[in-house]
Amino acid sequence: MKDIIKNVHIVSPYYDINKIYDIEIENGYISKIGENLYDDEAYVLDCTGLYAISGLIDMHCRIGDPGFEHIEHIESASMAASKGGFTTLTCQPSTKPSIDNKAVVDYVISKSRVYSLVNIFPYGSMTIGCEGKEMTEIGEMYKKGIIALSDGDKSIKNTGLLRNIFKYAKMFDLPVITSCDDTSISNNGVMNDGFVSALLGLKGIPEEAEEVLVARDIILAEKTGAKLHIATISTEGSVQLVREAKKRGVNVTCETSPHYFTHTEESVIGYNTLAKVKPPLRNDKDRKAIIEGIKDDTIDVISSSHSPATIEGKDEIFDSAEWGISSLETAFPVSYTYLVEKGHITLPKLVEKMSINPSKILNIKKGFIKENSEADITIIDINNEFTVDSSQFYSKAKFSLYDGMSLKGNVKYTIVHGKIIY
Amino acid sequence: MIKRKDFFGIKDMSADDIRYILSTSETMKYILNHKNKKVPHLQGKSVVLLFYMASAREKLSYQMAAQHLSANVVDMTRENFGNEKLRDMGQLVDQMGADFIILRHPMAGAASLLSENVSASVINAGDGYNENPGQSLSDLLIIKENKKSFQGLKVAIIGDIIHSRVSRSNIWALTKLGADVSVGGPPTLMPSDLEKCGVKVFYNAREAVKDADVIITTKVRVEDHEKNIIPSFEEYKSLFRIDENLLKYAKKDVIIMHPGPIMKDIEISSKVIESDQCIINDHIANSVAVRMAILYILSQTGGIIK
Repeated sequence: MKDIIKNVHIVSPYYDINKIYDIEIENGYISKIGENLYDDEAYVLDCTGLYAISGLIDMHCRIGDPGFEHIEHIESASMAASKGGFTTLTCQPSTKPSIDNKAVVDYVISKSRVYSLVNIFPYGSMTIGCEGKEMTEIGEMYKKGIIALSDGDKSIKNTGLLRNIFKYAKMFDLPVITSCDDTSISNNGVMNDGFVSALLGLKGIPEEAEEVLVARDIILAEKTGAKLHIATISTEGSVQLVREAKKRGVNVTCETSPHYFTHTEESVIGYNTLAKVKPPLRNDKDRKAIIEGIKDDTIDVISSSHSPATIEGKDEIFDSAEWGISSLETAFPVSYTYLVEKGHITLPKLVEKMSINPSKILNIKKGFIKENSEADITIIDINNEFTVDSSQFYSKAKFSLYDGMSLKGNVKYTIVHGKIIY
Repeated sequence: MIKRKDFFGIKDMSADDIRYILSTSETMKYILNHKNKKVPHLQGKSVVLLFYMASAREKLSYQMAAQHLSANVVDMTRENFGNEKLRDMGQLVDQMGADFIILRHPMAGAASLLSENVSASVINAGDGYNENPGQSLSDLLIIKENKKSFQGLKVAIIGDIIHSRVSRSNIWALTKLGADVSVGGPPTLMPSDLEKCGVKVFYNAREAVKDADVIITTKVRVEDHEKNIIPSFEEYKSLFRIDENLLKYAKKDVIIMHPGPIMKDIEISSKVIESDQCIINDHIANSVAVRMAILYILSQTGGIIK
């Protein structure tokens, strides 16, 4: 059984984006790419005017399974991913129980096989229960299939412990993903520390709460030689720290998320709990610095930072409202509209940040459209605008900072292992 | 005339709104000076005090104000409703027919959230570190009585600003009314980027009170989890206490205010407290008048009568 995607522009370093190709898929793999492919028995999907990009890979996504299935489970997350053009998700270990032993790794992988439309790769937690106290059995989890280490949104306070983890992880060549929030500085803050927090009487999270740990983690990576990936950076200072580290040759990569280059702390005005995210939305200078970082490749990856919450949890007083954002279904169109349409980067560059680089960092052999590679393909429409309507989200978290906005870069089809899933 | 259902704070009010409330407060003060203080303005209306945080001063002043205006007053404090959520509690009170809900809550923005869910008029009696407009207006009334005009008046706010909702309300009000506001205190007790609110920030008490017409001191509140925010009250006292030495830098006829309760000899020296310049007692009387004005004005335009 063959499928042919007809008349599509291919965004891939191996092909000319301006030409029109046909892609033939057989048994989940791309069997042939060429012009005017024809097969009598093949199912034909006409994609005239559309672009084929390698399936998006999300490096930062919270799926609440196990433990928080009422917020998001594997099935709903995978459907949201398919709508957003993601063919591969990773899974933060901050579940309940945490993904901190081989049994839970097994659970996530086997459940994903049955319930997920997209590929799901779990991260293993570095410390038991993501509590930052005891190292987990990293080797055992590695054998079961974790592709990176992380402690979710928590930062390890004990620097000695983190250094040991950095060293130990080298044995398996696993990337270590750290979140940077020094809680002794952020101290129960709920938004960026600055004029708006003074205006609203809310407790602020200073930029240095993030930057101090970015600097620390870079130094540890430099000395231990570990593969460090810093999750969601949000400030100008963090971008600068990573930029300098890369210049020195430190093995560090980092990511940001669309809301950090589209929104600022001003979105919180009116106690808008939809803008309560971690790290917090910053100032305009930071927003611009994030875009600069994306342009000069200081920032390698754009992830969704999908961290769903319940609508009841968001409909609360700001201090007690839940953190989080539902962004799997908007990450690509928002990035396309704000980065490519505005002329900051090209479409191939965006694909690099949302598919190729994540694949390279996580070492999962995906992210390219070429013959004999797995057919994980996303078909997008860059010409027509659409309006964001969070009530139509597949995610259980039906709210969005982008509701009602017109965006380009709509996902038309998502193909995983040769199967059209959206 | 102010047309609004709720009263959240000074931040979203115009200078004219503030002046209007102050002049209504003066009328109310006139009523308070009569033998028979009861007036019928809120007859047949009910006022519910919904207090998620205790405050003797705040509660007493609203309670007295509502009673002078002949309203029925129901007092609900945390003990009465345990952990019931604000929204549920608010709707309960609303459906029982409250015309006014006076809310005091430890989180910023609580009053505005409540107002979206009830038809009663919501009055903010303090929300987190955001605002306490009633307290601020009684400060303003005292200043007006003593100094006549706000234009060009030099006001110094000294002490703990970051934990002080009333200071924020005062900053909004005084800058709107054209006063020249300086703020003084240790940097750890100061919100970030406060200069952008139109005030001058000093970390030195003498500079902050220089040529001041009015000094407003704040309560210094060091919470348990913030032990290291200042080293000790002894040191605070040596740097920011209002005493005769410091007052030499201010104008001769400077007045000194404090929201109470005062930490004697730490925030203000005993001698200054006992002096005529310190006007804490008049202040307390004013607080009832201001709250009467707030209730009366809202009853004219807001609440169930629309």
